[in-house]
Amino acid sequence: MKSQLQQGHSFIEKDIFSQGSPGRSGIDIPTGGIPSVDPLSILGQDSVRGALEGFPELTEPEVIRHYTRLSQWNYGVDTNLYPLGSCTMKHNPRVNEAVARFPGFANLSPFAPDSSAQGSLRVMSDLAKWLCEITGLDFATLQPAAGAHGEFTGLLMIRAALKQRGNARGKVLLPDSSHGTNPASATLCGYTTQTIKSGPDGKIDLEELGGAMDETVAALMLTNPNTLGIFESQIEEISRIVHEKGGFVYCDGANLNALMGKAKFGDMGVDVCHLNLHKSFSTPHGGGGPGAGPVCVTKELAPFLPTPVVTCNDGKYSLDSDRPQSIGRIHGFTGNFGVLLRAAAYILSMGANGLKEAAEAAVINANYIKARLEKEYHLPYREPCLHEVVLSDKLQNKYDVTTLDIAKGLIDRGFHPPTIYFPLIVKGAMLIEPTETESLETLDEFCEAMIDIAKTAEKDPASLKNAPVTSPRGRLDEATAARNPQLRCTLC
Amino acid sequence: MELPEDLKYTKEHEWVRVDGDVCEIGVTDFAQSELGDIVFVELPEVGATLTADETFGVAESVKTVSDLYSPVSGEVTGINDELMDSPELVNKSPYDDGWMIQVEMSDQSELGNLMSAGEYKKLIGKG
Repeated sequence: MKSQLQQGHSFIEKDIFSQGSPGRSGIDIPTGGIPSVDPLSILGQDSVRGALEGFPELTEPEVIRHYTRLSQWNYGVDTNLYPLGSCTMKHNPRVNEAVARFPGFANLSPFAPDSSAQGSLRVMSDLAKWLCEITGLDFATLQPAAGAHGEFTGLLMIRAALKQRGNARGKVLLPDSSHGTNPASATLCGYTTQTIKSGPDGKIDLEELGGAMDETVAALMLTNPNTLGIFESQIEEISRIVHEKGGFVYCDGANLNALMGKAKFGDMGVDVCHLNLHKSFSTPHGGGGPGAGPVCVTKELAPFLPTPVVTCNDGKYSLDSDRPQSIGRIHGFTGNFGVLLRAAAYILSMGANGLKEAAEAAVINANYIKARLEKEYHLPYREPCLHEVVLSDKLQNKYDVTTLDIAKGLIDRGFHPPTIYFPLIVKGAMLIEPTETESLETLDEFCEAMIDIAKTAEKDPASLKNAPVTSPRGRLDEATAARNPQLRCTLC
Repeated sequence: MELPEDLKYTKEHEWVRVDGDVCEIGVTDFAQSELGDIVFVELPEVGATLTADETFGVAESVKTVSDLYSPVSGEVTGINDELMDSPELVNKSPYDDGWMIQVEMSDQSELGNLMSAGEYKKLIGKG
């Protein structure tokens, strides 16, 4: 029986509902001499659930083995290179974890009065100051739970500022290379969106922008470097065009890792930006959270910051909610504090020079991959890249091999695929971001895997169509999964 | 790559089948093949007013999400309900069973801005 479920040490794990046996349990709760009562007679029918059909009943070791085996199927930055472009999957230094577990932080109740939470409030105050220093902006809120939440918060502040001037305006401009969350946030904020076409060099086309920018536009949302990994070198002119018509410049900070310590958004004319602490500042990321997406703003927008704001008077920290122009609360308590703490630990342990060196290494690593792969793969933009590089499947298309096949081929060669089919303006895009985490050896192994795939595409394309063959599951039928999702758990 | 001669085409890869002052709109064979397996189509309500060159819906595939642009202005008089449960019809039959919306045009001169099959073929580099 067991042999069918196992290939060497690779377990082929059944779902938990197919395991166990009725009556098994992890622990036996002693009665403690207390007489049992019928819950139905005390709580009534509305509050008592009937028997659950098919509820799994397992022993503790069975449960532990089940989840440990599943965890062995995981691929993360702790197992190998995780080159997801625009995601900055960098190493989370374990000192961050040690700091987050300090009892003074970990055991603090969110209901504690300010006087009992001075240490935590100081961490937030200091972190906000450091993020302002890094971005060149004046004030910050640490509350947003992730990047898109930060975008929404930033746009709400822009809307409030414009409304106070007399007209909230109706439109947000976005380059066609923008992250999908940008138009989504603008729409959620009540704005319509208009796309600005990128020029042949992958940068915002100033003429297109000038033509679209008028007094109905609330903001331009851009990412710098953009999602092609290219620095918007005309950013000052871009900001001037937007400001001249009374609009705001919103910078998506997803790609800050390329610029940290090197250039400041504030100096580029940016009015608002969000930062992804779970990307650029090393806090864990990829399991769906928690994250943190602080927003930094200019003085002009500061009155609209969400409440509460951490303030400091005579060395005493407190949470200030008495801010009449504030957009209000956007998160419970003070945001994802554990994430803020890890980011603060990262900044302190790296220091100003360390952060700068990390940005340099991230850019060098991406350019190394670009240089090693530019013969085997099509480079849609030949501009120097910063922290990420875009390749396409154009050269492989003639063998009927696509980006999806290349991505699946990487799985068989031991690597997680990069971001694929994004940015949308590159057909068959592969967006590769190695981060500063990786050693030369790992980068070489990845490049050799990519070169091997390019050779296989030429000689034996059929084998790539079948990839992956070494993973617990082979090529999944993504279309059927999306059209007819079959959910296993039927208990709810 | 199928490109029926009796249809008109847009640079955003929609097609238009004109019948008097009413037209049917969908996406081209080229568009469906570029998008890959389509898993969801969002269409406007019947009665909605459309403006030429503005979005009327969204097509989502396993690879990407793409806006659908209306080639003409007018009022939506019908939508292809079949696509709600069977979005794959757009892949299988882009010009017939995979049609998306029916529009009563408010300005037929807009049809003059659209491309013939030959012009569209050149645009997509197959001509």
